[in-house]
Amino acid sequence: MEPLKLKVSYAPFVRSKDSIESVMYNVAVALLPATLVSIYFFGWRALLVTGVSIVSSICFEWAIDKIRKKPTACLDGSALVTGQLLALNLPSGLPLWMVIMGAFVAIVIAKHLFGGLGFNIFNPALVARVFLLISFPAAMTEWYAPFSVDMQTAASPLGILKTDGLQALAGFNTLDAFYGIRPGSLGETSILALLPGAAWLLYKKYITWHIPFVFIGTTMLFTGIFYLIDPLGYASPLFHLLTGGLVLGAFFMATDMVTSPLSLRGQIIFGIGCGVLTAIIRLWGGYPEGVSFAILIMNALVPLLDRWDVSEIKAKKQPSIKAA
Amino acid sequence: MKTFKTGGIHPPEQKLTSGKTVEVMPHPQELAVPMSQHLGKPAKPVVKVGDEVKKGQLVGAADGFISANVHAPTSGKIKAVKQHPHPGGQYSMTVFITPDGKDEWLEGLNTPECDWKKLSKEEILKRITDAGVVGMGGAGFPSGVKLSPPRDKTIDTIILNGAECEPFLTADHRVMIEEPEAIVKGLEIITSLFQGQVSAYIGIESNKPDAAAALKKHADSKGIGIVVLETKYPQGAEKQLINAITGRTVNEGELPFDKGCLVHNIATAIAIYEAVCKNKPLIERVVTISGMEIHTAKNIRILVGTKFSEIAAFCGSMTEKTNQVITGGPMMGKAQFSLDVPVTKTTSGILFINNRGLEKSGEKTCIRCSRCISACPQNLQPWLLANTAQLRDFDTIELYGMANCTECGSCSYVCPSKRELVHWIKYAKTLASKRKQRQSA
Repeated sequence: MEPLKLKVSYAPFVRSKDSIESVMYNVAVALLPATLVSIYFFGWRALLVTGVSIVSSICFEWAIDKIRKKPTACLDGSALVTGQLLALNLPSGLPLWMVIMGAFVAIVIAKHLFGGLGFNIFNPALVARVFLLISFPAAMTEWYAPFSVDMQTAASPLGILKTDGLQALAGFNTLDAFYGIRPGSLGETSILALLPGAAWLLYKKYITWHIPFVFIGTTMLFTGIFYLIDPLGYASPLFHLLTGGLVLGAFFMATDMVTSPLSLRGQIIFGIGCGVLTAIIRLWGGYPEGVSFAILIMNALVPLLDRWDVSEIKAKKQPSIKAA
Repeated sequence: MKTFKTGGIHPPEQKLTSGKTVEVMPHPQELAVPMSQHLGKPAKPVVKVGDEVKKGQLVGAADGFISANVHAPTSGKIKAVKQHPHPGGQYSMTVFITPDGKDEWLEGLNTPECDWKKLSKEEILKRITDAGVVGMGGAGFPSGVKLSPPRDKTIDTIILNGAECEPFLTADHRVMIEEPEAIVKGLEIITSLFQGQVSAYIGIESNKPDAAAALKKHADSKGIGIVVLETKYPQGAEKQLINAITGRTVNEGELPFDKGCLVHNIATAIAIYEAVCKNKPLIERVVTISGMEIHTAKNIRILVGTKFSEIAAFCGSMTEKTNQVITGGPMMGKAQFSLDVPVTKTTSGILFINNRGLEKSGEKTCIRCSRCISACPQNLQPWLLANTAQLRDFDTIELYGMANCTECGSCSYVCPSKRELVHWIKYAKTLASKRKQRQSA
């Protein structure tokens, strides 16, 4: 027998099977029903937007890793998820160069200029979406109705609510909205398609219930209070749940590990903040939809929420240091 | 079912040997008996090269208060006294014995069973200390010292640790099935050393119902509680076990006796029983030989000082894929650099594994998934401790509760980025204590 070569390393010698890749690919799989349904609703244009968004995200990841002289991480799944999420946040008719620009903003500016995976403060896909929304407001709000043959643009329910008021929504069908038969971004319309993915992530414990349920609950509570005060002036909380990107944002964007708080208390405050801001923007803001802005604003508070926990730990050991 | 309150993980149990009766391994050609098989100061060798020793004869005498005697595991001739690799990772003064094959006991040892109830407390403690009994769960704290807590501490709960929460290991499991009577007697002896109302428990994880049933038969009549615990790592860690059984929390800087508790390992209870009732020093133990790369996984009764190479041969040798040999369990064990190292009083298992896949993965950046926080049984923030350790900021890391880390490895286990979290914490502990020594010197 050959002389035995024994490797000395640190305990533990067994590790869980989870890795960055498995986390990311599970999120990608969870988003798959929404992607497929968007292609079914919006046709080949949706497939094109999704494909371009994913491929350009992965290419930008590869290029920036090369420039930063880092080992290539373009296939670890994080760029895939960013690309997929970005596509789900775009209208199906968006010019493709804008999609590529969005991928650039997401990967290069929002992710790598902040230090890369694990160090970005803001959710990359949302930064890209908001960047596009502010830069190209017309193109970003040109929605197509599902199954539209002649590519007729239509306003989203939240858009109608903002510009024409509640009366204009008389023909709103709750069940249709749940299925996703309404104009909107690729992935936000069909709540039905988002739910299995959300359930999968909860079941696999990649996300916990705290952020999404507190987020959605707060938005519904807030809008519900105003609905109860004045049912003729404000839309019902159910309407707010089923329209816009609330479900997509709450389950897939606000729960992003990198940009959400670590502790339970932080996560609950984060969820409440997201919910309140979303409701305020929707009810009184200049934009019809507030989920993206709400999550990004709360992203900015995450370092502060985390530091609160750390300073409390310190204060316990050293009473002279004041907590927070 | 009872369990500890915070954190914990569920690694695959891999108890390959739980159904295998303990085999007795024949005496090896040579014994290497380290003088350091316990926590504290190594014993002083009291034999010279060429001396004839009988089985159970003292070869290393306890040196100081926290130290333990070491005895000859069999009769034979002293071949050498020199430094030799130790499973702890360092070198230790080691007495080499060439067995003469007669296996003759020193007179007055291994006597027929006597009734411990007739012995005084002082005599019981003396016998335990003389026999070199140490904690056999892994830490190796001298039992005589542990059983004499400071006078101002009241002990009201004695716990025997039969959780055996580490994957692979089944030594305690088999012993509980095969020697329940000795365990119960050992526990009775320990309990008798304390005044007042003392409750005694044996904590067993729910994956060993046969062990719980075997012990119950003997324990019920003695008023000893058999507590079945949820199968969750690290259920058998001292602080977690106390929390699971009594609900008490041992805080940072406290020892179990501060909360009225004493925890002993199952194997230690048997060693105490044999030392007190049979005058038998601690010279052998049951060890689990397991892992995917050993031909036949076994539980074996083995003399202290047997080299790993001979044990591998006894179990049908290991495969060529073996690249790591671990003492203890896979969560808290130590990787060996040589098969020349011997079994000590604290070796609960030897694992032969192939870990090449894990090596390749490498440390990645933290993605803030917070799994280490939910896994930590001590309610710490492992990512924060590890980051601070990497910055070598040893003042701040103490404020983050470094001393409270029990090094169970749950954080490293769950980390999807495969960060060596517990390693960095251990690293900081070592360097911080070295720095303190330098400052005080």
